[in-house]
Amino acid sequence: MGNGTSIGRVRGLGSAHEGVKHWWHQRLTAGSNLLLVTWLVVSLFRLPLGSYKALTIWLSSPWASVPLILAVISVFYHLRLGLQVVIEDYQHDFTRVIALVLLNFYAIGGAALAIYAILKVAFQGAVA
Amino acid sequence: MARNPKRPLSPHITIWKWGPHMLVSILHRATGSALAIGGGVLLVWWLIALAGGAASYARFVDLMTSDSTGRLNLIPAIVLIGLTWSFLQHLCSGVRHLLLDTGAGYELKVNKAGALATLAVSIVLTALIWTLILAKGAL
Repeated sequence: MGNGTSIGRVRGLGSAHEGVKHWWHQRLTAGSNLLLVTWLVVSLFRLPLGSYKALTIWLSSPWASVPLILAVISVFYHLRLGLQVVIEDYQHDFTRVIALVLLNFYAIGGAALAIYAILKVAFQGAVA
Repeated sequence: MARNPKRPLSPHITIWKWGPHMLVSILHRATGSALAIGGGVLLVWWLIALAGGAASYARFVDLMTSDSTGRLNLIPAIVLIGLTWSFLQHLCSGVRHLLLDTGAGYELKVNKAGALATLAVSIVLTALIWTLILAKGAL
C-alpha cells in the first residue's frame, strides 16, 4: 500500500502515519498504569475509605496527590487509545465518528474533573 | 462498510476450536472496556464526592455501605469485586502482551500456559483481596 493521495488520507483511506505513535503510547501508558494504578489499588486497600478526614489528610500530601494526578492522566490516555480501537473494530459508518467524538469528550472531561477534584482536596489541606 | 454478501468471509471465531488464548484475548478487551467505563466513572465520582466536602462524601459512603453493618451494599460490592478482577485480569493479560510484543511465548505450550496463568493469578488474587476486605468487616 502506498501512502495514498491527500484526499484519500482525508477520507481515511491510506496511512495517516499515526499508527506507530498510537501503538507505542498504548504500551508506554500500559507501563505507567502498571506502576501508578497498582500503587492506587494498594493505597485504597490500606486506607480507611469511609473516613473523609483520613482521605483529606492522605491527599494533602504531594506524595499522594501527585501520583494520583499522574495515574488519572495515564489511565484516561490509555483508555482513550484502547476504546478507540474497540470503536474502530465494531462501528463502521457515521456512528463511528459520533462514538469517537464522545470518547474524546469522556476521556478529556473525566480526566479534567478528576484532576480538579484532587487539586481542590490537596490545596484546601486536611479538614477536620 | 459495503460488503458483497455473496463473497465468503475469512475463517473467524465460530470456526476455530476454542482455547485459553482466545478466551484471554477477548477478556482483555472486555475487562479493558469495563475498566474504562465502570472504573473511570467510579473513580471520578469518588473524587468529586470527596472534593465536595464532608457532607458530600458522607452521602457517597452512605450510598455504598449499609448503615446498620457498615459493610458494602450488595450492588457496590458486586461492582467493586468485578472491577478488582477486571483490573487484575487486564493487568496480567497486559503484561503477557508486553512479553509477546518482544516475540517471546508463541510456542503452543508456552502460549497456552501463559494464557492460563493470567486467569489463575487474577482469580486467586481477587479471592485473596476480597477475603481480606470482607474479613476486616466495615470499610
